[in-house]
Amino acid sequence: MAFDLGSVLVQAFSPFNLLLALLGVVLGTIIGALPGLSATMAIAVLVPFTFAMDPASGLIMLGAIYTGAIYGGAYAAILVNTPGTPSAIATTFDGFPMAKRGDGDLAMTLATLASVVGGVIGAIALMTLSPLLANIALAFQSSEYFWLAILGLTLIASLSTGNVIKGLIGGAFGLILSMIGVAVVGGDVRFTFGSSALLGGIDIVSALIGLYCIPVLIDLVARPDRHLEPAPLGRGFRFFEALGLCAKNTVNLVRSSAIGTLIGILPGAGGSIASLVSYSEARRSSRHPERFGKGEPGGLLATESANNATVGGGFIPTLVLGIPGTPPDAVILGALLVQGIRTGPELFTQQSGIVYIFMFGLLIATLMMLPVGLLIGRYAYRFIVNTPKSLLVPLIAFMTVVGSFAIHSNPHDVVVMVLMGVLGWLLSLGGFGPSPIVLGLVLGQIAEQGFIRAYMIGGARDNFGGQLLFDRPISWAIVALIVITLGLPLLRLLRARSGNGKEAQP
Amino acid sequence: MLKKLGLKKLGQKKLGVLATVATVLWATGGAFAFPDKPVNYIIPFNAGGESDISARLQQPYFKKITGDDLIIQYQAGAGGAQAWSVLNDQPGDGYTIMGTNLPHIILQPLLQKPGYETADLTNIYMFHFTPDALLVRADSKFETIQQVIDAAKETPGALTVGGTATNTANHIANQRFSTLTGAEMTYIPYTGTGATIPALLGGEVELLWGYTTVAAGQGDKVRMLAVAQDKRHPLFPDVPTFKELGIDMVGGAYRGIAVPKSTPEEVRQQLSDIIGQINADPEFIKEMEQAGFAMLDVPYDGMEAFMGERQKIYEDVARQLGSLK
Repeated sequence: MAFDLGSVLVQAFSPFNLLLALLGVVLGTIIGALPGLSATMAIAVLVPFTFAMDPASGLIMLGAIYTGAIYGGAYAAILVNTPGTPSAIATTFDGFPMAKRGDGDLAMTLATLASVVGGVIGAIALMTLSPLLANIALAFQSSEYFWLAILGLTLIASLSTGNVIKGLIGGAFGLILSMIGVAVVGGDVRFTFGSSALLGGIDIVSALIGLYCIPVLIDLVARPDRHLEPAPLGRGFRFFEALGLCAKNTVNLVRSSAIGTLIGILPGAGGSIASLVSYSEARRSSRHPERFGKGEPGGLLATESANNATVGGGFIPTLVLGIPGTPPDAVILGALLVQGIRTGPELFTQQSGIVYIFMFGLLIATLMMLPVGLLIGRYAYRFIVNTPKSLLVPLIAFMTVVGSFAIHSNPHDVVVMVLMGVLGWLLSLGGFGPSPIVLGLVLGQIAEQGFIRAYMIGGARDNFGGQLLFDRPISWAIVALIVITLGLPLLRLLRARSGNGKEAQP
Repeated sequence: MLKKLGLKKLGQKKLGVLATVATVLWATGGAFAFPDKPVNYIIPFNAGGESDISARLQQPYFKKITGDDLIIQYQAGAGGAQAWSVLNDQPGDGYTIMGTNLPHIILQPLLQKPGYETADLTNIYMFHFTPDALLVRADSKFETIQQVIDAAKETPGALTVGGTATNTANHIANQRFSTLTGAEMTYIPYTGTGATIPALLGGEVELLWGYTTVAAGQGDKVRMLAVAQDKRHPLFPDVPTFKELGIDMVGGAYRGIAVPKSTPEEVRQQLSDIIGQINADPEFIKEMEQAGFAMLDVPYDGMEAFMGERQKIYEDVARQLGSLK
């Protein structure tokens, strides 16, 4: 490698850069914890300030904010059941049940540890394997995205155990919601009912805030019991307990981080799919899949390590190919262009090690998440637990409005948020959970566009089947995963039934 | 101060008089009296896109010329329509300006009901465009446009060409190319310029309707067959224009700035002059061309003719696409 490791380390560990990394992580964590305020937004606001800095310092700060914001999304997901970003959707599945039964402190510590592990694995992949892994971004084409989205949708089945029909109805409803607006393929205007406000479709984040948070708020007001079970005093971070759980879940953590890194590389996927797929995998390979969704630490560890691994993964195509892996990467890529830094494989060999300074900076920032996260997490948890409901509810309600407005500075998104919230509450009375709807909404567009494109290209080449599946080994692998995910529980069920009929086999 | 108070209290007619007086004051004062505080620049797209990058490049020059800051804000949604539909609700004091893009602001009102009409947007300057370009991978068998045309004529629709979304600059370029040359290709729409690049590099599509900016960003991984400019782009002296090849295509995605309708004539002119000055700065031109943009100067007084000409071109193509009934 054509760079001087010593000087890179000296620069990455310079007091100013360390300070920027710390500042970025703190800022990012807070921004990520507030639903509606996103990493993209925070980075866009701060980009002009970084122009005054030396490029590597600016990059470190932006990377630190990014990784902090993805981690911060876990706070709202665990404590108020509201994924602040799509990456944190799956964190609510087990994080909130844990908090509800009084293990919120443990959940926060677990989320912090998992995020650090995922972030470090992603960053190491970025440092060591970038040029190699970047090609994955090119190997994934429309048909793979279609199958990947379908794999994500299979999670509906496992999320709605006991009532698959309702889960499927919810998922179908979410798919319909995802069609609203101007279609990218074809340009048709769908389901807008003549309203120009709906041309842009339903914003995912405002739907997330509405569907998850509003029902919680209504329940808080409607029920006399406490929001979260308070933790006994003086219990601390439960750090060693969390560490023990992590040790038990080593395989899970490594697998989820690897999934997160790989999916982070795919420009069309992102943190939401990464955490959903790794959650689904963790559940499938767990010895107690029935515990998932009821506060299983393994589920929380899977999603939080996966979504932070997408940070490092997402930088791989950004820096090697000039193709942003995630929306925040797009902003950072824009900042690089303005500073006159050209991306490409040569970035790793020339440019006097800027990239390496940045990557070490990202690694340092990720490690800083541990103390920063534990500290902020503890206060956030205590604050949410100890604040009386009469204060907490208006405060969260206010934040939902601010958050959904902030997405596009548009009041229309607030209306969508409230409508989705009321709808979500009514549906929850009928036994429909929010997650299948959200999965449909998030994955619908990816699935639809992937399929239609494969169809059009297949049509042009007169080989639709080959384009969609038969000529594409990566698609085979994803389809195999889909079959296993859907088939295994069925097989187990059949075996259990036949076992009951005859004598039980050990 | 006087200006600010005056704008709020006086009616439309008096406002014009006041503004004239103000202009005289500016003219005699030599330096700019407008702006005397930061100007908000709303980008109707997400941060990180080409509109954002060009705004970021304009920012320091705006400060240099006027002494005031240009503050960039984002109001993305519905391909820009969400911001454009509320532009005229903003205060018309010259301190709120908004990026506009062609063909978006002509095609959206033509094909959908985006909540605004093309005529609602008061464009005061069009400062550059990203010329349409036909790209292939560096290892592609296509070396010239003629080879593409021949292959497309041999088996119509068998070649796939990627581009950004439907009824967009790329989609129009494909249709215009097909009308002018008789070469029929299958157009595959993607969500954004960013998504089209892996499609081309990964081999999902054989060709790509992109812009010079894409070629500038991807370097030697792609080959540009032709650009839709009057003259060759300074960054790519070896790439012919479509015009040289006898194909009458000049166009791409144009970017400009609009103000709320209530902005007085004098302020519109003033802003147009400032943007014109930025656009004339040799250092700025160099930065823009390095990134692949092509400079364009359509000031406020030339806007009507320019918009009329583009309107006609887009209407024709939309009719050919069957999008316009």
